[in-house]
This record gives sequence, structure tokens and C-alpha cells, in this order.
Amino acid sequence: MASNKGILNTSILRKFAMALSGLFLVVFLLQHLTINMTSVISADMFNSLSHFMGTNPIVQFALQPVLAFGVFFHLIMGMVLEMKNRSARPVKYAYSKPEENSSWMSRNMIITGIMVMLFLGLHFYDFWLPELKLKFIDGVWNIEDRYFAELQHKFHDPIRVALYVLSFVFLSLHLMHGFQSAFQSVGFRNNKYTPFIKKLSNIYAIVVPFGFVFIAIFHFLAQ
Amino acid sequence: METYQVSEISEHMSFLEMMDVLNERLITEGKEPVAFDHDCREGICGSCSMYINGEPHGPDRGVTTCQLHMRKFKDGDTIHIEPWRASAFPVIKDLVVDRSAFDRIIQSGGYVSVNTSGNSQDANAIPIPKENADLAFDAATCIGCGACVAACKNSSAMLFVSAKVSQLALLPQGQIERKERVLNMVDQMDTEGFGNCSNTGACEIECPKGISLDNIARMNREFLSAKV
Amino acid sequence: MSTLDSKIPEGPIKDKWTNHKNNINVVNPANKRLIDVIVVGSGLAGGAASASLAELGYNVKCFCFQDSPRRAHSIAAQGGINAAKNYQNDGDSTYRLFYDTVKGGDYRAREANVYRLAEVSANIIDQCVAQGVPFAREYGGLLDNRSFGGVLVSRTFYAKGQTGQQLLLGAYSAMSRQINKGKIKMYNRHEMLDLVIVDGKARGIIARNLVTGELERHSAHAVVLASGGYGNVFYLSTNAMGSNVTAAWRAHRKGAFFANPCYTQIHPTCIPRSGDYQSKLTLMSESLRNDGRIWVPKNKEDVEAIRSGKKKPTDLSEEERDYYLERRYPAFGNLVPRDVASRAAKERCDAGYGVNKTGEAVYLDFGSAIMRYGREKANVLHIKNPSDAQIKELGEGVIEAKYGNLFQMYEKITDDNPYKTPMMIYPAVHYTMGGLWVDYNLMTTVPGCFAAGEANFSDHGANRLGASALMQGLADGYFVLPYTIGDFLANDIRTGAIPNDSAEFLEAEKETKARLESLVNNKGTKSVDHFHKRLGKVMWDKVGMARNEQGLKEAIAEIQQIREEFYKDVFVPGSSNEFNTELEKATRVADFIELGELFAKDALERNESCGGHFREESQTPEGEALRNDKDFAYTSAWEWTGNPSQANLHKEPLTFHDIELKQRSYK
Repeated sequence: MASNKGILNTSILRKFAMALSGLFLVVFLLQHLTINMTSVISADMFNSLSHFMGTNPIVQFALQPVLAFGVFFHLIMGMVLEMKNRSARPVKYAYSKPEENSSWMSRNMIITGIMVMLFLGLHFYDFWLPELKLKFIDGVWNIEDRYFAELQHKFHDPIRVALYVLSFVFLSLHLMHGFQSAFQSVGFRNNKYTPFIKKLSNIYAIVVPFGFVFIAIFHFLAQ
Repeated sequence: METYQVSEISEHMSFLEMMDVLNERLITEGKEPVAFDHDCREGICGSCSMYINGEPHGPDRGVTTCQLHMRKFKDGDTIHIEPWRASAFPVIKDLVVDRSAFDRIIQSGGYVSVNTSGNSQDANAIPIPKENADLAFDAATCIGCGACVAACKNSSAMLFVSAKVSQLALLPQGQIERKERVLNMVDQMDTEGFGNCSNTGACEIECPKGISLDNIARMNREFLSAKV
Repeated sequence: MSTLDSKIPEGPIKDKWTNHKNNINVVNPANKRLIDVIVVGSGLAGGAASASLAELGYNVKCFCFQDSPRRAHSIAAQGGINAAKNYQNDGDSTYRLFYDTVKGGDYRAREANVYRLAEVSANIIDQCVAQGVPFAREYGGLLDNRSFGGVLVSRTFYAKGQTGQQLLLGAYSAMSRQINKGKIKMYNRHEMLDLVIVDGKARGIIARNLVTGELERHSAHAVVLASGGYGNVFYLSTNAMGSNVTAAWRAHRKGAFFANPCYTQIHPTCIPRSGDYQSKLTLMSESLRNDGRIWVPKNKEDVEAIRSGKKKPTDLSEEERDYYLERRYPAFGNLVPRDVASRAAKERCDAGYGVNKTGEAVYLDFGSAIMRYGREKANVLHIKNPSDAQIKELGEGVIEAKYGNLFQMYEKITDDNPYKTPMMIYPAVHYTMGGLWVDYNLMTTVPGCFAAGEANFSDHGANRLGASALMQGLADGYFVLPYTIGDFLANDIRTGAIPNDSAEFLEAEKETKARLESLVNNKGTKSVDHFHKRLGKVMWDKVGMARNEQGLKEAIAEIQQIREEFYKDVFVPGSSNEFNTELEKATRVADFIELGELFAKDALERNESCGGHFREESQTPEGEALRNDKDFAYTSAWEWTGNPSQANLHKEPLTFHDIELKQRSYK
């Protein structure tokens, strides 16, 4: 009989969880990009959408914790898996040509992942922490038109913009493998749809991160 | 790491025949030969297991080391040879590793529990769609060499395990124990200390029998549906 | 003079096996738990026997020298497995399979055993399908069959070109289930080095742990040897590198008679040797002869031109080619049985018409098949006046669909494209019909020591038909031995566990230890392979496809010489108590040398041609094999007396009640 191990003690369930949290973040990214994109079109629209997201109780107290958990889980699980995988080969090959059989992206998810994580630190420092301070410490919930200005303010600094751009390159690489890999992990693979998913994955991995890059550069140049 | 010089190698030699030449020379010099696993030398027993120039079974595709020929190398090349490296495949000597972890995975459930009494029903009693029979056959061609583990950066055995799970999941004979089989086999796979699959696809590329990643996806489905 | 009791049951041939099963002793289930059985070898016969015996309740210990039972050499069988299922409705029956096998074996097999084999064959397929063996199927979902040489019906079940692999994995999975239950204890990387006999019965073995080098004493109530054939006595063969005779030979030295060692199958379609470094030969499936035409040039000048590279085979016109099989055997042409095709190739090459550098190769040409299929295909596609190039392309497509994997394998090995230039082939040693003599119960002349599969001699006579080896291995392991072993073990239910520290065990261990030590301490100058190659050359040149009295006598003398030099001058590096592949080889080659001598002696004694054994003295004026039923209708069983040259011959007369003896003809 199979032992009844805890749910995340099986390799396949771990990767299933990794895939689900990843796909969840993929959906979130798209949503994030959509809202940010409005900042290029109209400051008002951006402000009102941001205010809604920032003050709606469902978003704030239901979706936001889920998102935080998703990010945190994906990150921790990624590290745990990496450590387990490394320990499965205690003696490394002296001479290896991994590029002959797999893509750089697929082999270096931990690197691209960590880079994205570092970026998240910066991103939280830039936006999320001030948000939390403003709302929960200072108790200010009702300024509806501050978001666009904050955004512009952040993209004033060329070094920060460069950091953002670089981070999104890593995100793109991360997504190139991660998006389509998630489908394989949940067992979704067949001759009919898999080629389409792979294409979609590549398109997504390029369009979404470079959408963010575009926004950053747009605001930098616009000032 | 040792470096040996070999000469008088014909391009028609197989890689293992080149190793024979080396060993014959070492023996005549009174030295110990290099130990390596090999047996059938026609690509089916799965014994040979060398990591050659950074890839399992060397640079050619769809072949085992014994079918790799020296014409794939140039005169004067330095060839790097290592054993499979994985904590689940401890090295026994030189290029010889212990792959009994694979046996234990099969023992945990890679079979149909019928007795060999010969009193089973007629072989043609259950028609099997040709498509399923062919897919099951393709999965069943796995030779258990371990190249998938050797190629995987995580030393994952998913391709090996999924090939057997798929073979039996695709056939009517395998249905009765379908759920328990996949749970037990995955459990054993984890216990042996293989890493997790991260879908790099290296295993499929290096597999001498071309076992498809489809099997891993199928095992993921089998496992998830058995678990819920 | 014979002391052999084959224990063939009474009654009509079709009832013998049923009657026998009804009358032999049976061990009750509770007592089976008290009985241990050792199985040496984990191929089709050994794996199937281990699984079946464990299911019955015996405690099984199984030994294999490979790192996993799944790697036994049965795995390399390509073509298929015969069974008298008559799914094709072409008139197949147990009798017909029985008849074909006896005739194909040139009337040198034991009737009752062959009939039993045919009888259980259908069960094998049921059993394997139930285990999940993925045989080839038709679009309707039912099992597909193909036909093989030497028979008139379609009865061969197959799984592409990997039937042996699939059947072995079936047996391996059945074993794995019992290993998981603890009913089989598996000893991988262990090699049997001696049989232990206590009070006249086989009670255990001495095995060497190949990883640590340690010698181990294993006791049991019976020992089953399923250790395969001895084709590697020729050094080059299609056998695996590790295939060896040691288990069978050690049993022979302990009293088991060795039967018909000279019956060897030489398979006509193998890839020729390319140089002295060659370690083994690769078989190309017999099915290629369905479409390939075999030829050599008619003129010696063309042979020279081809060897020196001045001409290509495709430069020769039809008139300049000698399709010698079609010339000699107009009725069967390229589809004559294996032994006939092999000898004809040798005849041409010996006459100097071999087409490669070593002079040992003939062409297998698909040119005309490609054109024929191409024209057919062009008709089907309604292509009017197709060009030759068009026809060729279409034809190549058809050939690829039929033999693609074989053509690819050929190209990988030789770097020649067989679609463009004819394949080169030459015969190679493939299977040994001879082996340990066994009675109807598969027991050797040592009580309690059984032999199954290729290791015994029983079912194929002097020549084996294609797709029958797999059938025999599984029949012995799944369906025969599990019954017949009970007849012997029924007397052992009160014996209790066999101690492994009795004087007999300690003595056998000591002897084995001394043998190993003397090899590693010999410190000679030549490698084990050196001697193995020399032995192989003598065997191939003088005890190979054609044999004569003078050559055989020379061979015996030369083998004795090799043996003497081996013990004087062999160098085995390392020690006996470590992982030492050279020592493994040395013990095997030492036994091969002794077997080789007995082999030649047997060939010398049998002054007739039959099946794979061709004596030049016994042939028709046209050069065909001539059997001598008056003087040689018997099985030769050799008894060890301390030296192969003094082996004692026992004859088991072969009587045929259900088949009329005829001279084979394929003209």
C-alpha cells in the first residue's frame, strides 16, 4: 500500500502545487499588466482602477492575502525543490553539456526565479510597503488621485528603470519555461493542444514582461 | 580523473570496442582495466551506462553506448567518460553504478497481479484498440538503462517510472490495479532519492529508445486522479 | 549401454502430458513453504520458473550475473514467439506445430517433449497477454501474426522487432511481484561457480558475489539451471558478452550429462566482421530474406575490383551476379532454412567470392524488391509512365515501412546506406541446441538438478526453427517445470532446511576458492581475451559450419594446447575478493575451453550431417546434408570422467511413432 504521506511530500503533488501557483501568478500578472497599461492611456482611468483595487474589501482582504500566499508559496516551494533536486546528485559531473538536451531557461528556473524575487523586494519597497503604511498605519484610505503621480515619481530614476527592465528580462525567461511546463505538470498534454500551448507560452512570456518594460520606459521618457 | 591514450582506433569500432582496446592494453601493461557495465552490445539489454562528453550514451541520438561508433569522434579528440551520477545510483567501481533502485520501483507495483497458471482467458478475449496497443508498446520499449536519470539535472526518474505506469494504464489488463500501482511506484521513486521533474525534457532527448514526455504527463494525470 | 531413463510417459502422444500431470507427485501447499529452490538465470526460462515456483509457494532464490534480472539475454530476441493458436484460420494445430518443430530439427529431437511444447504454446500467449505484454495487434484489436521460415502457416506472435524484450519484461514483472512479497530472494551480480551435491542430490550452489568478490554457499532442495546457451565458445557470436556455459559446465562436471554439444545454429543474416577488434556480431532479422536477394559476383575479377574499391556492387549487371541460393534451390530460393542458407554463403566465400576485405561477406540486395514495390505503388497511385527514379523512390518508401528499423540499425553500424547499396551479410553463431541432458521432467542426470530453456537440449533437435526459442523458454518456466519439479520435491517434505555448512558445501567452496586464487596468482603474460579469441578461431575454422574428421581431430589437439597455455600463461589482474571483470571472464573462458573440446569430440563422433551439424563426409553428390538415421538416430549424452577427451558417451535412442522420418529437401 502506498503510504499516506502528507500532501506535499510526494514529488508529483509538489510539482502540481508549483504548477498551480505558477498558473495563478500568470493570471495575476495579466491583470496587473492590464491595469498598469491604463496609465499609458489615461491618468484618470489608472487612478480610479488603482483606487478600486486598493480599497475594495474583497480585493484587499480576500484576494490580496491569497496572492501573497501564492507568491510566497511558489517562492518557498521553488527553493525547497531546488535543494531536494541538488541533493539528488551529490557528486556533479566533471564535464557536462546540458545545452545539448535542454534549454537554458528550463535548467535555470531557480536563477531567474531568484532574480524575480529580488525584484519583488524592490517592488514591495517601492509600492507595497508605502501603501501598507499609508493605509494601515496612517489610516489614509480616501486619496483617489495619488496613484499616477506615485508611479511617475518612481520611474524618474534611470537606475530604477534599468533595474525594472532587467528584472522583466528575467521574468520573461522564467515564464518561457514556466508557463508551458505548468501544463505538463498538471498532466495536460496532447498532440492537438500542446503545440498551441507552447506557442501561447512563448508569446505570453514575451508580451507580458515587455508590456511592463514598455510602461516603465514610457513614463521615464514622458517626464 | 585519469587520462589514457588510445591508438589504432578504427572508425568502424563501437565505443565499447574502443574501451576493449584500452583495457587489453592496460592488461598487457600489467595494469587494472577500467570497469564498465555492458552485455548484449546491440542496444537492448540496457547495461551500458556511460556519460560520454557531457551526455549519457554520448553525442549520437537514439542509441546506447554500445551502438555509438567511433566515427562520431575525430582523431585526436579527448573524450570525457563518467559514470551516471545520482544519489540513487551509487557508483560501484569506475564506470559501474548500482541501478537496483529501478528494480525496487518495479517491484513496488510495476506488474499485473495475475498468476502464471496459464488458466487466464483466451488472449483474444479482450480486443485492444491498435492505437492503445501501439502506445503501450512504445512505452514498454524502455530498457531501464537510466540515461533519463543521468541526463536530468535533478536526477529525476520520472521518464522511467512513467513508461511502466503508462504501459499498464493503457491496457485493459492494467486497469484493476491502476490507482494503487501509480501511487506505490511514485512513492517508491521518491523513497529512492530521485529528484523532482522540472520538465526540462533532457530525458526524452537522451533516451536511447525515444520514450516520450507524453508518458510523464500521463503519469501526472494518473497520479492526481488516483490521489483525489 | 545406456543408463539414461527419459521417463517418457506411456500412452498416445496427445495424452502423455495430461496423464503425466495426473500421475506425478504433488507437494501440498503447506509443505511448499518448507522447500527452497535455487534458480540460476533470470531469462525467459529462469524468470518464468522463479515467478511460477514462488507463486506456488516455494521459497525461491534466483541468481543472475547481470545487475538486474531484466537484462538477461532473452531480451535480445527480435522476431517473435510461435504458438498453435490458429487465429489466422490457416489450419494450424498442436500437431502441425509439433510436426514442423521435429522436422525443422532434422528429426533429432525427442517426440514427447516437442509435442508437450506445442501443446502448452497456446497458453503462453494467454498468459503473456494477461500480464500486459503489448503484442502487435490488427486494427480490429485482435492479435496479429507473421510467418517465419520453415513453416507453412502464420503462427508467430510478435511485438515489432522486440518480442524477446517484451516477453522478458513480462516474466520480470511476474518475478518483481514475488520479490516484493518476499517469495523470491533475488541475487543480482552473482555468478554460480559450482553445484553442490549432498547424498547424490543437487542441494545448492557456490556463488560469487561479483561486487565484493565474496564466495557464498547457498543451499536448497533443488537447483534449476536456466543459464542459457554456450554460443560464446566461438568468441564471436550474437550472444551477449556475458553469456557463458559455466553453470551448465560445472553441473556437467558434477555428474550431469551434456547432450549434443555440437548442435549449433549459425544464423545466415548477420552483419559481417569488420576487423580483429570486433567483440560481437549483430543479427539482422530473418524476415529480411523475404524481400532481399542474396548474391556474389560471378567473376573473380569483379570480386577483386569490389574489394579494392574500384567497382561498386551496383556497377555489376544482372548477368555478372550469381544469385546462388536461387540457382541451387529454385523451389525455396532465398527462403531456405537457416542452416542451408548459412552453408551456401560459406561455400561461396570459401571459393573466394566473398565481397568485403575479410572475404567473408555476401550481398543481400533489395534493389529488385525496391523496383517491384515501386512499380506496384505507382500503379496504385495511377502514375502514368513513371521514371526509374520515381519508381525507386516509391519502392524505398515501401521497404522503409517494412524494415525501417533494421535498415537504420544496419546504417548505424556500418555507415552504409542499404537503400542505395546492397547490405553485406555473413552467417554467425546464434543459438545452441545442445545442452544439459534432461528427462521428460527436465531433470538432469543429477537428481534434483533441473535444466530449462536454452541450457537444456530437449526440444529443437539439430536445428531450431525461428521464433521457437522464446516459446521453449517460457513453456519450460511457466508450464512444465512448476509441475514436474513437484515429482522430485514431494520426497523432500520432511527433509527440513538444507544446512549450508556441511562438509560438501565447505569442500566445494574451498575448491572454488582455490580455482580463483590460482587464476589471479598465475601472473602470466596474456589476457583472457587472447585465449578466448584463439579458442573461437579454432572453433569457427574447424568446428563451424562445415566439419570433417581431420579438421575435428586437429581442433581437439589445438584446443588442448590452448587449455595448457591458458593455465600456464594467463594474466588476471586484481584479486579475487573485489569487483574484477577479468576474473569473471577467466572462469568463464576456462570452462569454454573444456566445453570446446567436448564439442569437437561430439562433432567427430557424429559422422552424419543433420540440421546445424554438417559433416563433409556425409553429403549428397550435390553437396546437401545427408542424415544417417540407421546409425545416428540417437541423442549423444556425455558423461564427465575428469577430462573432456575421455568423456563417456551414452546414447538415448530416438524413436518416432507419430512422424515419419524423411530426408529434408528444399530444391
